[in-house]
Amino acid sequence: MKKVIALVSLSAAIAFSSNASAVTVTLACGAVGQELELCKAGAARWAKKTGNEVKIFESPNLTNDRLGLYQQQLAAKSSDIDVYQLDVVWPGLLAQHFVDLKGKVPAAEVNAHFKGIIDANTVNGKLVAMPWFTDAGLLYYRTDLLKKYGFKSAPKTWTEMALMAKKIQTGEQKTNKAFTGFVWQGKNYEGLTCDALEWVVSFGGGTIVDATGKVTINNAQAAKALDTAASWIKTISPAGVTTYAEEEARGIFQSGNAAFMRNWPYAWALGQGDDSKVKGKIGVAPLPSGGSRNAATLGGWQLGVSQYSKNQAAAIDLVRYLAGPAEQKIRAIEGAYNPTIQSLYKDKDVLAKNPFFGSLYSVFTSAVARPSGPTKSKYNQVSQAFSTAVSDVLNGKMKGQAAVAKLAGDLNRIKGRGW
Amino acid sequence: MTVNTPPARPTKTRGIEAARAQQAIWLLLPTLIAIALVAGYPLYRTIYFSLFEANLTTPDQRTFIGMGNFWFTTEDGVALGFLQDPKWWGAVKNTLLFTVVSVTLETIFGMIIALVVNSTFKGRGILRTAMLVPWAIPTVVSAQMWSYLYNDTFGLIGRGLLGGQALLANTDSAIWALIAVDVWKTTSFMALLILAGLQSLPSDMYEAADMDGASKWTQFWRLTLPLLRPALLVALVFRSLDALRVFDIMSVMLGNVNAAATSMTGYARQALIDNSLLGYGSAVSVAIFVIIMVIVVIYVTAFRVKFD
Repeated sequence: MKKVIALVSLSAAIAFSSNASAVTVTLACGAVGQELELCKAGAARWAKKTGNEVKIFESPNLTNDRLGLYQQQLAAKSSDIDVYQLDVVWPGLLAQHFVDLKGKVPAAEVNAHFKGIIDANTVNGKLVAMPWFTDAGLLYYRTDLLKKYGFKSAPKTWTEMALMAKKIQTGEQKTNKAFTGFVWQGKNYEGLTCDALEWVVSFGGGTIVDATGKVTINNAQAAKALDTAASWIKTISPAGVTTYAEEEARGIFQSGNAAFMRNWPYAWALGQGDDSKVKGKIGVAPLPSGGSRNAATLGGWQLGVSQYSKNQAAAIDLVRYLAGPAEQKIRAIEGAYNPTIQSLYKDKDVLAKNPFFGSLYSVFTSAVARPSGPTKSKYNQVSQAFSTAVSDVLNGKMKGQAAVAKLAGDLNRIKGRGW
Repeated sequence: MTVNTPPARPTKTRGIEAARAQQAIWLLLPTLIAIALVAGYPLYRTIYFSLFEANLTTPDQRTFIGMGNFWFTTEDGVALGFLQDPKWWGAVKNTLLFTVVSVTLETIFGMIIALVVNSTFKGRGILRTAMLVPWAIPTVVSAQMWSYLYNDTFGLIGRGLLGGQALLANTDSAIWALIAVDVWKTTSFMALLILAGLQSLPSDMYEAADMDGASKWTQFWRLTLPLLRPALLVALVFRSLDALRVFDIMSVMLGNVNAAATSMTGYARQALIDNSLLGYGSAVSVAIFVIIMVIVVIYVTAFRVKFD
């Protein structure tokens, strides 16, 4: 009966509010973890509120594949997709295809978000997209296993982490052959760039390319960071870790077969789900330090309105709604997606569901940005060259020292006449 | 008709032939236009863009740089052309290795299978159909299936046979894993092509050879193989072309970044799509086109393949 009433009132609302103005807006959502369901649910709430319709376009899982697809759509000036979900490293690359939201979204609404993320979305004074959720690399660990093997707290340094992982792995493998110490994203793609940037920064090896555009990767600390990561393979990480992306790593951790995992915040809510074998046994800590600092790579997704959209007004309204506090709160509670609105980090309901949001607040606000700003439209090539060099070290093709030296050459080649 | 035509009136026959030739041109014209539109124009655009520095998202803003996409060294000694990129040559090497090894294995296995199913036995019809199953599965599906098999934590091969080795992690070992997939998939197609050739061989020839006391081995080397040569060469050309422009297996099983190091087409895709370098990617595509053209010409002239 409730449903019927809802349906009737909904159709009535559509009939009244829209008339000629009801439009269909296509929204491109990601599908990692619960992304797709949350995206659909959020879009449906907006549709119900405004009487418009939303069509969901499912994007590929890997961010590189997504970018390729979007670029083709945008280059063809296609109006098929109105609202795109953009990675934090893309605004510089795609700025010209998106509507300037400055002035179209009230300033107060924009200023509620973290300033750093708004800056990352501003290209030459143009607000390319609205932040939707932010991300930073985190260390997940098994509280029960740490206790079982006599460890009191999460590891502070990579060395400590490796020792703990080794001890737990040796112990657990007696009963579970598939058990492994540490899983992360080792496949040669954007995710490896994120992981490796964390190692390099934590060892004090800089950010690949510095803010002025100078290639800085060829240094001893960076080499040491990569060698350290390579030493984990086959000791505390499975050989196949170099073929894992986010979801493969989560699959192993969530089925109870790993002691530590590096992943994004979204893995929290899924790990606490009813079908998770490690429900209630997960701890979250900042990623260990390599001697210099704890470093987490800044990730996160934004919503931008395509310049070629035929329903820009409705699309902008959808973006404002999805990026707004009510929707970000729902996503934080249901999916552990980090809000980009500061006030939500003090929200009781959000903190009750994600206790680590409060304690790791500084991890999210001080996350390290990938060098997409200084390298502009060539960022993708820089990232591929970097992840390929890292991959060579992980696979034992090269030592860290040789790899960073070669990488510096490659990067200067890509830089060519300038970024 | 030719028998009744008196040979003394050559002018009139030439007239008929000329008229026929003209008619043929008119009949061919729609096809030629269609080819020019769907194949010629894209090819022309690719060659055109290969001479420019251009971005995929803004093809209107391009600058002419001549052969700069192929070979260019800046004043600081930085090499920008793709022919100066060791990664490109790695991709060429891997593609050639992939082509030579997989096509050779497919030919040998295909020949053996074809010889087996060419002889009469019970259930031959079912076997001939069943062997086409791997070839009928879309490559993307079979590549995904094989990458599960190779997985080091739950894969039948990665975990079961190799005890937790990640074959696909390293492009050097991955190329052999990929060859295995391609051989598994396309051997049956090769067998089918060879079988068609075998079926056209006259059976009385073998009866005569039996009468003369030639062994099966001699019959194979002296009769079957020489007579099968035309069919075999056509099959080889087809498979080699397919293998040289392989893309899907690498892309699905290795991801796009590593696919660029293992296949020429993967390298082109990465430049063109991932890095949106329209000019550079077009130049790579032109190079692939030229490489395949050259190999085909060598094949066809050296072995005198006839396509009729």
